[in-house]
Amino acid sequence: MSAVFTRSAALIRPQLQRLRSPHSPFSPASLLAVFGVQSLRLPCASSRLSHHRQTAAAAAFTTSAIRAKNVTVTFIEPDGNEVKATGEEGTNLMELAHENDVDLEGACEGACACSTCHVILPDSIYDSLPEPSDEENDMLDLAFGLTDTSRLGCQVLLSPEMEGMRIKLPSATRNFYVDGAKPSHH
Amino acid sequence: MAATVLLVRRRAWSSGLIATGRQFSTCRIAEREKNIAVVGGGAAGFYTAARILQKASDTNIDIFEKLPTPHGLVRYGVAPDHPEVKNCMSKFDDVAGSERVRFFGNVQVCGTSDKHQPGFLSLDSLRSVYDGVVLSYGASKDRRLNIPGEDGKILDSGDNNNNRLGVVSARQFVAWYNGLPEAQELELDLESYDKIVVIGHGNVALDCARILLTDVNSLASTDITEQALKKLSGSKIRHVEIVGRRGPLQVSFTTKELREMTKLDNVQVICDRQLLESECQSAAGQAYLQQSRALKRMMDLLLKHSVASEDASKEQKSFKLSFLKSPVEMLFDQKWNENGSEIIVPQLFRFQINRLEGPPESAKAVSTDSFTEIPCAMALRSIGYVSTPLDGAPFDKQRNIVPNIAGRVVDNGVVPGLYVSGWVKRGPVGVIATTMQDAYRTADALVMDINNGHVAGDNMPQSSRSAIDRMLEDAGVAQSRVTNDDWKRLEEFEIEKGRQFGKPREKVTDVQEMLSIIRNSA
Repeated sequence: MSAVFTRSAALIRPQLQRLRSPHSPFSPASLLAVFGVQSLRLPCASSRLSHHRQTAAAAAFTTSAIRAKNVTVTFIEPDGNEVKATGEEGTNLMELAHENDVDLEGACEGACACSTCHVILPDSIYDSLPEPSDEENDMLDLAFGLTDTSRLGCQVLLSPEMEGMRIKLPSATRNFYVDGAKPSHH
Repeated sequence: MAATVLLVRRRAWSSGLIATGRQFSTCRIAEREKNIAVVGGGAAGFYTAARILQKASDTNIDIFEKLPTPHGLVRYGVAPDHPEVKNCMSKFDDVAGSERVRFFGNVQVCGTSDKHQPGFLSLDSLRSVYDGVVLSYGASKDRRLNIPGEDGKILDSGDNNNNRLGVVSARQFVAWYNGLPEAQELELDLESYDKIVVIGHGNVALDCARILLTDVNSLASTDITEQALKKLSGSKIRHVEIVGRRGPLQVSFTTKELREMTKLDNVQVICDRQLLESECQSAAGQAYLQQSRALKRMMDLLLKHSVASEDASKEQKSFKLSFLKSPVEMLFDQKWNENGSEIIVPQLFRFQINRLEGPPESAKAVSTDSFTEIPCAMALRSIGYVSTPLDGAPFDKQRNIVPNIAGRVVDNGVVPGLYVSGWVKRGPVGVIATTMQDAYRTADALVMDINNGHVAGDNMPQSSRSAIDRMLEDAGVAQSRVTNDDWKRLEEFEIEKGRQFGKPREKVTDVQEMLSIIRNSA
């Protein structure tokens, strides 16, 4: 299982992630029927995460019909608003944010081709994760407000050790009002 | 089945969008619905509209686009082998599908009317019926080199195929392979010699180089046009040299695109390693690289994957990064010594050699007395895009943007109800994410003004969809207009045609043909 980025897989990946979503009416079994086992491996092979993560994700994925562990985290939006979100192990943070109406973008829909799902992780969690891939780092290079613990939300999968994790969304708006006007209170 | 899943998801996303919008609409002064016009249906226009939709309920948005097709450079600029970058189109589809948004394709604002467009709209007529107008029309021209020979040479033989093309716009080349109607007649010489020179060290230059050097078979499954595939399959180009005035620390492409060059089959990356190493290892260079993680990673990549010219294998194709050269002139049909024998090369690009002065972050290229020449079939210029003025809006001719403060257009003070977003606001730089952020800023300013009662509309009680529709009717655009439903039918046609070729879509490249497909499928 190489960590080589394959374009076709990148295209299938977001759709698979959608299918995997808890809100999806489709079970993993119907997914098997759609893509077949062979192509099912693609998202894992294309994952920019380590071998360990891939196997964990694959395991979470294939057994989710039986019982996947739920993990609850908190997103902190740029204005300080906090959103608690619970998702199955193996769900990526971008997908989790979208399912919970968190104000996080995802312009390329999880294909690791933009930097709009940039999230900031706690030091301890960041350190416990495998290094980001070259491709993810290439995108992080272009992210607004990059920090030492920045990741792309679409590349980080929920795992049990993330229970209670607080995820900051970068504040790209902090320099917006250069004319001295204050943003109105929503 | 997959399509059904996408539809389900899309609906969920749209309702999410509306749900998120709710929390932002509590503090409103104005009661009446606001009507906003967006000029330009590219990424900037759609992201601006998306944000307004999300943050201001009771706001209707009309998006005006010169072409029958939406999505601007996402459709006509993003490389065909970057399909994942185009995924943002599904967000644009959600916007266009909103009940509060109307798409007006095939409608030119402030253009001259032609046979496809019986009417055109002036900015003043838009401003007379909309509460707010957002200019998001991008940068439609490209910078020229302004050197002798740039426009090529027509040969006396009378055979068009033998014309020397000089320096062709890289933007036009990109538009050509992406199917932009106005670029389909572009003349290209990919046969008379095995090398193309590209001027500029940005991502567009790398896109051109990659398309020219990629095995054409691996492009066949992308949405590149069949016409472009056919031309590229007859290409004799084996070497692309991209030339910049300054050094390796001053390049403006991004790591992702450079990394792709290092991964092309049978293509070597060549650069002046001596210069690269000395620039990276100088005290100033080291200090500079320490401050910039992105540049440091890019230089490491280049150091790892490039070879010096003298070590390059003759068997492989090559992508050469060439530094410290300023274009001087293009010469035609010159003698050239190649591997010890004299040949005539179609074009000979003459450069003046530069040296660098000043710290890396602001290094200047200073001419020396030395010159060098590079033979080529043709050259592409990729030194930046330029926005053009729109009648009725102020324009900063030095910076080639619409002058603004945080997206509010200024002309001796803020112009009420006039906004700007995207490249025409900040200049033609950055990736889609940059344009998104920038569009959101403008939309936030507009929404703030709506909430504070500062948009033009408060002195303009006549702004209503019926007043707008009357104006559009009078201007003669109502009949020629392409709606979002029209576009979706055209897109359906493109996707169906693409299926025959094993591609995600086969673009229709002629405006008349687009319009007749739309009319015939109604």
